Amino acid sequence: MQNREKKVLVIGVIGADVHAVGNKILYHAFTEAGFEVVNLGVMVSQEEYIAAAIESNADAIVVSSLYGQGELDCRGLRQKCDEAGLKGIPLVVGGNIVIGKQTFEDVEKRFKDMGFDRAFPPGTAPETTIEALRELLHMDGETA
Amino acid sequence: MKAVLLIDFGSTYTKLTAVDVEAEAVLGTAAAYTTVQTDINDGLNKGLRLLEEKIGKVEFSECFACSSAAGGLRMVTSGLVPELTGEAAKLASLGAGAKVVGIYAFQLTEEDLEKIAKSKPDIFLLVGGTDGGNTECILHNAKMLATLDADFPVVVAGNRTAARECEKLLAGKQVYICPNVMPKFGVLNIEPTQKQIREIFLNRIIQAKGLSKVSDLLSDIMMPTPAAVLQAMELLAQGCEGESGIGELVAVDVGGATTDVYSIADGMPEHMNTVYKGLPEPYAKRTVEGDIGMRYSIQGIVDAAGLDEVSRLSGLSPERVGELVEDLKCHTDKVPNGDPELEKLDYALASMAIREAVTRHAGTIEETYTMMGLTYVQSGKNLTNVKQIVVTGGSLIHTKRTEEIASYALYSPAQPTSLRPKQADVWVDRTYILAAMGLLSSHYPQTALRIMKKELEYHGNSK
Repeated sequence: MQNREKKVLVIGVIGADVHAVGNKILYHAFTEAGFEVVNLGVMVSQEEYIAAAIESNADAIVVSSLYGQGELDCRGLRQKCDEAGLKGIPLVVGGNIVIGKQTFEDVEKRFKDMGFDRAFPPGTAPETTIEALRELLHMDGETA
Repeated sequence: MKAVLLIDFGSTYTKLTAVDVEAEAVLGTAAAYTTVQTDINDGLNKGLRLLEEKIGKVEFSECFACSSAAGGLRMVTSGLVPELTGEAAKLASLGAGAKVVGIYAFQLTEEDLEKIAKSKPDIFLLVGGTDGGNTECILHNAKMLATLDADFPVVVAGNRTAARECEKLLAGKQVYICPNVMPKFGVLNIEPTQKQIREIFLNRIIQAKGLSKVSDLLSDIMMPTPAAVLQAMELLAQGCEGESGIGELVAVDVGGATTDVYSIADGMPEHMNTVYKGLPEPYAKRTVEGDIGMRYSIQGIVDAAGLDEVSRLSGLSPERVGELVEDLKCHTDKVPNGDPELEKLDYALASMAIREAVTRHAGTIEETYTMMGLTYVQSGKNLTNVKQIVVTGGSLIHTKRTEEIASYALYSPAQPTSLRPKQADVWVDRTYILAAMGLLSSHYPQTALRIMKKELEYHGNSK
């Protein structure tokens, strides 16, 4: 049963991506950090994130992508959230979100232009993401 | 001899089945028109007289009944997201044996309320939000329902945080609070709600519909007919103490107005490389296709299969099929009765009804190429390994081609994404005993199971 004193995160690996290990690590790390986590697993469509976020009244959506197609998969997610009444819900993305030689500043800028609040490069520790989520959800000083 | 009488007050016929529970045998069956408009006992007594003509005078020690008379158990549901709590509400209602006459998602509008008032449900199922999740939608919908001047009871089975508030908003109406049908994302908990629906059916609806006037002979009406059939199918599949079942199964009842499909099977992915998507479905699942039926819903079959396909299967010209279909729409009581044209047409229609209804009931699988190779995405139940099919309905009973028709429930290479059974034995319920056996199973499970195994006609392996 959900405890509403906790912040609710919807997480999952987007698109035709079956990388399950990172997803499990994040699930445990976020839960350990005191979040209520709705884990959609792998191969998640934009619509599934949105449906789960509506039912669970989520505080943020955390999108993972490991297979290089993240930019294509993430396009339009913000607009769909707006359309579905999830206006302003924080969107966070991380993993190997693009391929090829690019500076992460460029990549981050593109994802922010797409409506993501934060984008993280490969090799980001869960703690960094947790810290960012605390900040985004105005949880300063709270344990979670 | 210990005789038990089982009665099914159907929408058209009151069907009686007399059983000797000591000999574990059916003594006889009879049917008479249901007379719910005047006095339900008229039809029942006529049926009893017919039964007596067949089997002689018998003292019944017990009597149980189910009912789908007077429109059955009519329900309207409202959830939040259609594929999530909306779907959970529908699954819960159908599994409780209801006829779902309205399904709503998100916030109810004024127009929705008008439609709901018109559809006159016996019970309204209000859900939405996981526990601790969204409360806005269910509270809005409770507020809207409160403005309706109608006296149907409301079962609230949504986000537990909002349950009390819903009860307050709906003050003046009969409100029943149940645990959330989807307490967590992707977790179904529909049994408590189904139990509550059944209780309301017994205590309130039976009386409201004039079914409680039934003679003293009857102990009580126990459940809606579809719930009795579902109970019989669970018993047939799983068995009970002292008697084994026949294993996972799919059952299809092709009726005049609707086609009911039941599956008693786990249906989860078989292989590691298959990812499951969507709401997990119940082990005992019932679906009803309201647009697929042999007479009242004949057009739905033609629409779903296509006129050409019906023409090809029946061997009649498309024009002739069109003419006959129009005629049957007006004369819904017409049966082939030896007419070769109608026999061919009914064969084609029943085959397509089964194919369409089972396809909608079964899950689907899609291939996706990922960086890790080929992956499969499954949604709904995988019934490919189900080895038993039970069929009933006039069009399947009064024909020699039952097995051929039933084979349309099976997997077809032409529809590779539909997870229907690959190969199965066919069992035919020629005497309409399924609902009766469901009733009997409440008190005599072993006997009911043995009778079903004896009475259902076994048709070998359908390939």
